[in-house]
Amino acid sequence: MNKIFSMSRKDVLTFVIFSAVVLLMPIWLQPFGAAYPDLMQKFAIFGILAIGFNVLFGLTGYLSFGHAAFLGVGSYTAVWTFKLFSMNPIPALILAVIMAGLFALAIGYVSLRRSGIYFSILTLAFAQMSYNLAYSVLTPITNGETGLQLELQDPRVIDSAFGSTSDGSLPVSNLFGLVDMNGIPGFYFCAVFLIIGFFITQRIFASPFGMMLRAIKSNQTRMNYTGFNTRPYTLTAFVISGMFAGLAGGLMAVTDPLAGAERMQWTASGEIVLMTILGGVGTLIGPVVGAWLIKYFENIFSSFNESVLHNLFAFLPDGVEKFVVEITSMFVGEGWHLTLGLIFMLVVTFLPGGMMEGFRRIGSLFNRDGGDKAKPNEKTPAPAPAE
Amino acid sequence: MTTENDNIVLHVADVHKTFGGLHALSDIDLQIEEGKTHAIIGPNGAGKSTLLNVVVGRLAPTRGAVVFDGQVLTGKQPHEINQVGVARVFQTPEIFPDLTVLQNVMIPALAKRDGSFTLNFMSSLADETEIRDEAIHMLEDVGMKASMDMLAGSLSRGDKRRMELAMCLMQHPRLLLLDEPTAGMSRHDTNTTIDLLKKIKERGMTKVIIEHDMHVVFSLADKISVLAGGRIIAEGTPEEVRNNPKVQEAYLGGAH
Repeated sequence: MNKIFSMSRKDVLTFVIFSAVVLLMPIWLQPFGAAYPDLMQKFAIFGILAIGFNVLFGLTGYLSFGHAAFLGVGSYTAVWTFKLFSMNPIPALILAVIMAGLFALAIGYVSLRRSGIYFSILTLAFAQMSYNLAYSVLTPITNGETGLQLELQDPRVIDSAFGSTSDGSLPVSNLFGLVDMNGIPGFYFCAVFLIIGFFITQRIFASPFGMMLRAIKSNQTRMNYTGFNTRPYTLTAFVISGMFAGLAGGLMAVTDPLAGAERMQWTASGEIVLMTILGGVGTLIGPVVGAWLIKYFENIFSSFNESVLHNLFAFLPDGVEKFVVEITSMFVGEGWHLTLGLIFMLVVTFLPGGMMEGFRRIGSLFNRDGGDKAKPNEKTPAPAPAE
Repeated sequence: MTTENDNIVLHVADVHKTFGGLHALSDIDLQIEEGKTHAIIGPNGAGKSTLLNVVVGRLAPTRGAVVFDGQVLTGKQPHEINQVGVARVFQTPEIFPDLTVLQNVMIPALAKRDGSFTLNFMSSLADETEIRDEAIHMLEDVGMKASMDMLAGSLSRGDKRRMELAMCLMQHPRLLLLDEPTAGMSRHDTNTTIDLLKKIKERGMTKVIIEHDMHVVFSLADKISVLAGGRIIAEGTPEEVRNNPKVQEAYLGGAH
């Protein structure tokens, strides 16, 4: 038992700090105006999605453009579990992860026959097929464009066996009837899974299995001529990351019990890629940072409007103020994508290693006088510089 | 195809390879004896690398078969061929440039256990002390211990080749295929590599070497096959080959 959890001191420290940051979100996010439960739930959920995606893209280098499909599968499975069995989130999440894993196994089995751009295109094609199935063909299962929702007459066999009665309003997902899965408890529920997920990826990064995945990314030919059958390795990485996506999708349904096809669209898949690259491909924490940043911009920047800007720039002379507001208003509200695009361009151009590379550079600036101190940092899991 | 000699570890039996209309290899019949160093020489375009690619499964022969220790290798996947005990050093070093030198050398040692797949993500790499020590020892042998924490991609070309050789040796293969192991090396590095290869020979490892450098060939080889135009035109001990007029004409250009 002891051996299973042997972690280097640095890993333990990273884990503790990460957990503290996540659990203390309601406090430190306050000054950023982001400490409301809905957004923090998203932070946790998309964090899970991004670290799972990073296991595939960051370690093996296989760029999947179809991970939103697994997110959608997770959501639909969770909502169906609510409808048929119980409002308890645990069975819903277990089934969501299993279903997403099975989907990933099937899609990965076919897609991983190719590498590079062809792999990406194959995953994209599969995801778009899944989207179309959910949107129209499988309407009896997915409820088409309306989206799958809870209904009063849902059987919920397990819940009714335990004698829970409907009071005429739609039920909320709850943990054994004790805690409702919305608001702050909902956030903490998701946060626990983010921390567990982070722990698992940390283990993968430090394991022989993780080194094999990195070696595959580095030189698959050498891997083959060294006696490694690489296919099971890449497929396992694909399934693991699909299961993370399924978990994220399940948690979305737990905090808000409905599932729509738009969750599977290719833009959603693209967003996952953006998060990972923005934060830092192949780093442990980077993808989470990327996910938080994007969700923050999406929710905070998009809520800015002209009157907010007028207040912000009120100190400027009238004419100048009007001009400044006009220019900046293009980048907020509906235009937040423009800001995101700019940031993305800047990061990819000047910090190919993502935000994490930026942090590292800042860190080494401060460490310069203590020369030797900077060295152990550089030894951390090699940040693939070529991405 | 039967082998009359029990000592034959690799038998390239009547292999023929065509690319379109080009006969890259014709009627190649090679028998490599256990524990010996067999050099394959020949002018550019003679088909040496094609022959090696056929042996490791990168290319499928148009006709014929490759038999290693009683098992037919033809049609097997590269990783399966490695698992039966055939390792290869490439002409341009095939290494893991994004990993450290130590990791590069550790990975081949894990192939026996994890090659066909092990999902051991709950164990830690730091616990593989045995393999780590073995890898460090190997790096000491090839004189690269000092650079074990460097990224392999930042090594010089000669060091990359030496590391690739160390990677192959970590697997204790029964047959080691070397495609110009000293190309691009300084004379000093070449001599170190020759010494290293001689040391391996003492351990009884069978080697097939493709080489341009006659200095390397004549210091290592027990037997030489001369390839020209996709055919074996001569075979024998270094002395026999050196004095073979056909070889001098085709390859050494009589200028030896």
